[in-house]
Amino acid sequence: MNIPSDLKYTKDHEWVKIEGDVATVGITDFAQGELGDIVYVEVETVDETLDIEEVFGTVEAVKTVSDLFLPLSGEIVEFNENLEDEPEKVNTDPYGEGWMIKIKFSDASEVDNLLSADDYKALLGA
Amino acid sequence: MMKNTALTATHEALGAKMVPFAGYNMPVQYDGVNIEHEAVRTGVGVFDVSHMGEFLIEGPNALDLIQKVCSNDASKLTVGKAQYSCLPNDDGGIVDDLIVYRIKEETYLLVVNASNIEKDWNWISSKNDVGAEMRDLSEDYSLLAIQGPKAVEAMQSLSSHDLAEIKFYNFVVGDFAGIEHVIISATGYTGSGGFEIYCKNSEVKQIWDKVIEAGAKPIGLAARDTLRLEMGYCLYGNDIDDTTSPIEAGLGWITKFSKKFTNSEALEDEKRRGPERKLVAFELDERGIPRQGYDIVDSSGKTIGNVTSGTMSPSLGKGIGLGYVPPIFSEAGSKILVQIRKNAVPATVVKLPFYKG
Repeated sequence: MNIPSDLKYTKDHEWVKIEGDVATVGITDFAQGELGDIVYVEVETVDETLDIEEVFGTVEAVKTVSDLFLPLSGEIVEFNENLEDEPEKVNTDPYGEGWMIKIKFSDASEVDNLLSADDYKALLGA
Repeated sequence: MMKNTALTATHEALGAKMVPFAGYNMPVQYDGVNIEHEAVRTGVGVFDVSHMGEFLIEGPNALDLIQKVCSNDASKLTVGKAQYSCLPNDDGGIVDDLIVYRIKEETYLLVVNASNIEKDWNWISSKNDVGAEMRDLSEDYSLLAIQGPKAVEAMQSLSSHDLAEIKFYNFVVGDFAGIEHVIISATGYTGSGGFEIYCKNSEVKQIWDKVIEAGAKPIGLAARDTLRLEMGYCLYGNDIDDTTSPIEAGLGWITKFSKKFTNSEALEDEKRRGPERKLVAFELDERGIPRQGYDIVDSSGKTIGNVTSGTMSPSLGKGIGLGYVPPIFSEAGSKILVQIRKNAVPATVVKLPFYKG
């Protein structure tokens, strides 16, 4: 299982890449494997400012609907609109073309509470 | 306690994701539902559906019992033919849907849903005042569904019977994959053609292995659901249940008033008056996926029904579903909306099947 060491993680199986005050967010390789073929990613919260752990969207596999939780408080500044036509990118490239949103985060201290790659590995028992 | 089929270890060895379904530990997918769906639509796949129940009804009064409990007219069945049917209850609903096979002159096989084996057995037994002999073979028999446009060609080398000669909803009892006396039935739940093979549990591993060797891809329950839904085939527990009548579910074609059966007078009356709601098929006009339990609303936002099955159709690439609505919304072309989270997404009622091959 792929768990890149330069990313941060959440217990909800999301990954976070910090660049300045912007965080890019997606779901982990483990999460996409558990969900199976992803057929729909719905994010209707662009331009909204939400708190950490609020629902920012939904990912649907053939048999399941799962909420997506915001890993950091802030404004959702971008949704990866390529996923509208190619949601399968979440399966094939979860850390690359399968990214979901960018957040302009408002509280840097929340970043410190994210899991490291090692913490996430431990969470999975990997 | 979770039950296993005779092939559970085989599925696990193939790396299948296993889930509990109707009390059985079943493979939901092997490689991925979209790949498996596509394999059945264009090639050939094999499903282990051994969780299904099998009852043998025998004796001079076997037909009498079947006619009493089933909505379809089993007197039309000759030996070697099968028929889709349902078991109406006394209150206007459906106990189960099933397939009835006439195996011999006075021997019938009833194939029922796994989740309903005990309920069906008790129901049919309670109606058996005619002395028909009943045997529950569910624990002893396995069922493989070999489905897809290439099923006949790929499997022909496994049998001395000419598989292409077995017409839809006909069957033969013969040799398959080196096993004698199995039922080779031209039935299925996918709309892509093929066979279902009934054999003893002790025989199923050999058959499975040879079917895979002959080119079939293993297919899980997730693709079984998307395949059946693209055809609009009802799933018991979703689209039909103890509270839905065969008339409103669009099963009038298997509800024959040429004979008496459980609740037939009330159902005939319902058919004459017209049902209060109808099961319809719909496609979403915009992005989104309908799911079981979502509300169906009209243009003013009023709830008019509910979704009973829904998915993203792998073949059509759009959201499709079945649901109950008042008859005024049931004509093909009618506009309805499906409430998906915060959005009422427009949808159009369509004729079945969704997938036209």
